[in-house]
Amino acid sequence: MPPLLEVDRLVIDARTESGATTPIVKDVSFGIDRGEVVALIGESGSGKTTIALSALGYTKPGLEFTSGEVRLEGRDVITMPPGEIRDLRGQRVAYLAQSAAATFNPALTIGEQVTESPLLHGQMNREEAERRAEELYRALELPDPDRLGRRYPHQVSGGQLQRLMAAMALCGKPDLLILDEPTTALDVTTQIEVLKAFKAVIRQEGAAALYVTHDLSVVAQIADRIVVLYAGDVLEHGNADQVINRPSHEYTRRLMAAVRPPPAAGQGDDALEEHLRDHPALAVRDVSAGYGRLMDGSVAVTVLRDVTISVQRGHTMGIIGESGCGKSTLARVMSGLLPASEGAILLDGQQLQPDLRRRDRDQLRRVQFVFQMADVALNPRQRFGGILGRPLGFYFGWRGRERRQRVAELLEMVELPTEFADRYPEELSGGQKQRVNLARALAASPEVLLCDEVISALDTIVGANVIELLKRLRQRSGVSFVFISHDLSTVASFADEIVVLYAGRVVEQGPTDRVLSPPYHPYTRLLIASVPELRIGWLEETMESRVAQAGIDRVVRMTEIGCSFFDRCPLAIEGVCNRETPPVRHLSGGHAIECHRSEAEFIEGIQAA
Amino acid sequence: MAETETSFEELPDAPPRRRLRLSWSGKLGVVVVAFWMVIVVIGPSISPYHEADILDEALFIVPGSDNPYPETDYQPPSAVAWLGTDYLGRDTLSRTLFGARTTIGISLASTLLAYLVGVTLGIAAAVGRPVLDSSLSRLNDAILSIPSIMLALIIIAAIGSTIPILIVLTGLIYASTVFRIARSLGLDVKVSDFVEAAKVRGEGLWWIITREILPNVAMPMATDFGLRFVYVILFISSLSFLGLGVQPPQSDWGSMVRESLSGLPYGSIAPLVPAMAIATLTIAINLIVDDVSAHSGGRLARRMI
Repeated sequence: MPPLLEVDRLVIDARTESGATTPIVKDVSFGIDRGEVVALIGESGSGKTTIALSALGYTKPGLEFTSGEVRLEGRDVITMPPGEIRDLRGQRVAYLAQSAAATFNPALTIGEQVTESPLLHGQMNREEAERRAEELYRALELPDPDRLGRRYPHQVSGGQLQRLMAAMALCGKPDLLILDEPTTALDVTTQIEVLKAFKAVIRQEGAAALYVTHDLSVVAQIADRIVVLYAGDVLEHGNADQVINRPSHEYTRRLMAAVRPPPAAGQGDDALEEHLRDHPALAVRDVSAGYGRLMDGSVAVTVLRDVTISVQRGHTMGIIGESGCGKSTLARVMSGLLPASEGAILLDGQQLQPDLRRRDRDQLRRVQFVFQMADVALNPRQRFGGILGRPLGFYFGWRGRERRQRVAELLEMVELPTEFADRYPEELSGGQKQRVNLARALAASPEVLLCDEVISALDTIVGANVIELLKRLRQRSGVSFVFISHDLSTVASFADEIVVLYAGRVVEQGPTDRVLSPPYHPYTRLLIASVPELRIGWLEETMESRVAQAGIDRVVRMTEIGCSFFDRCPLAIEGVCNRETPPVRHLSGGHAIECHRSEAEFIEGIQAA
Repeated sequence: MAETETSFEELPDAPPRRRLRLSWSGKLGVVVVAFWMVIVVIGPSISPYHEADILDEALFIVPGSDNPYPETDYQPPSAVAWLGTDYLGRDTLSRTLFGARTTIGISLASTLLAYLVGVTLGIAAAVGRPVLDSSLSRLNDAILSIPSIMLALIIIAAIGSTIPILIVLTGLIYASTVFRIARSLGLDVKVSDFVEAAKVRGEGLWWIITREILPNVAMPMATDFGLRFVYVILFISSLSFLGLGVQPPQSDWGSMVRESLSGLPYGSIAPLVPAMAIATLTIAINLIVDDVSAHSGGRLARRMI
């Protein structure tokens, strides 16, 4: 019996303005059997999404099918007449995009959108479709399945919305499901919840799936077979066990090497003691901040509460937590973009004004901010020479030859060719842009560099290269880093000290080694447990654990009294944790945990779990 | 297995953005607009008569005819007047050639004025304090709520119609729509990370406006400039058609249509020639704008209404 989907010697070209063509997909062949999950893995630009979309008989504008066939049950979808293509899409092949938030229409109820496709194609009547949707909600372990359909997208959490997108795709009982990076933008804790639900529902429905991603650890959990792509070529193709455990191609091995090891003790780099001075480079004392300034100077929505941290000179402070925990807000408070409502920020022992407009130019120079997305952080209308030259002129008054020379030095420092000074941002890859973004901050010769999720948007290999660069820069310059990420393994490999934020409070902080070795705060433990490992079967093992069961599939909520983590904590004490603010326990070696449980109880709790 | 010396370079995110390429209709637009721009410059010097000249009867005497006093108004095209004559017996071709300078000149000046005022205030509202933004925006809403042609009629009726008044009035009326677009484009760019980066660096308002915001709104604004220019041509022509725009004997396309409207029943082409001139110019500009707008990713189209 032929496979369900056969991609046969597919070639897709991009047509440029001069009419010349560049190949995007070069002679790719593979097949998907019924009930099988095939992963397409590769970095951005490798053509993986283009191949996935071809199963719908679709190409992005500017691309064209040049040769080859994509056959669904023996019928070529590329040459299908438009009427049949319409029946094919949504009904026989369903597509799940990366962002659920962008897929759902906020003005319609969830139920209307989930049942739309089978109703539109006339497969089911409304009643049947609603029953089918409810069945799927149950299979996806969504809360309150019989009433969920009447709610609106903003009333459910991000992870739930992502799962609802799977319900939407599966409602019409498609033969093939295409998942395009469906967990890439999620927190680790949400990712694991979504992965688990996807895996279960695919198995239960017996649907075939094409899973597109750049993340090998995710692939290891869900795929039966793996196709490794690079620049439109298939480099390796085999079953999951073989590709992951015995990769034959050099590129696959390189992808594996770039996967950061799961966080564990002993990963932090040794701090450079030579830069130490009396004062910490940057200190934050009892800072509270939020949005929506009221008349009396307080804020309508508090995001950070009583945060106290200090970044030693030449050290790297990693800040972790799920989205919504206040990580980025903390960086914005430090830079002065968002003035703190209470507390003090000290730069080298000297107090800074909360609002950056009141800070003087030298203070601004000493604290530099590196934005998350280089794509939008670099002005598309300025050449790199201008982007890097401006801070030099602005802070140091450098002009002409001297300035050009320094720009060249900066480009060299971030390991880019000096000719890039004449280029515009759009001409570079994501990783290269991130390097320029970094160089702009370095141009000011700062003392503290605030890095907000600087590698989160990058592919595994590219991100690993940027981390290596950061390590070398740190060695050379003695700059202090505040490194924000939701990815614990990245932080673990780079930071000297870690601060764990939950719902705007510091729940644990200390040297990386200490924070990552027991005892830890239950939240830190949840984060550590959620980082996917490059190992088949990891997902099932993790979901068995008590920590995961208690903490996964819950949202970050700030509570006025007690501990905000109460409802997700496996060690919670009813009547204490939800009533009283937890005390700070100082353990040895500068390690502090904010929790009602004692050190002995932590260790006990961990053994029990 | 021999280790191959392949290096896996970082792949670029997207192919570089295409340079602006005109479609065949866009090219046609450029040709037509260029033609009219040439006419603006050389029109009066190549025109066979002056715009105010009423052609002499003698010119229309048909050889061999015994009628010494032939009709001169609404004459069909002939060797004497290539595009015929209007209701007073003036040469339509000459008046169209002269009128190009008046119509396009006034429109261009008005549009430039509208842009100067609209963009300055619009960007100021976008980056300024909330108080400035709301007061400018509400004032603008008030102006927008008055039908523009009525507003112009009342003011012209009160203070008369001269070319400078026409330019200033039209410029100010159209500044209100430019303001809206400039403000919304500015707001969009203002919240982007690179503007935030400039703020963290400590840049002043002037740098942020001129270096960070304006270059990024220039392309959509240029598209809008083309459209706005078309609206202004139509507006000036309508005013002239109503008799409140350019005053005789100066010619302008809008007033030419009105003056000779009564010739239509007699099959005269006198009103059609200036109407065609207005149509070709405005459609041609639109064709160019379409291409530019498609190039800038339809960013403007989303905002137009």
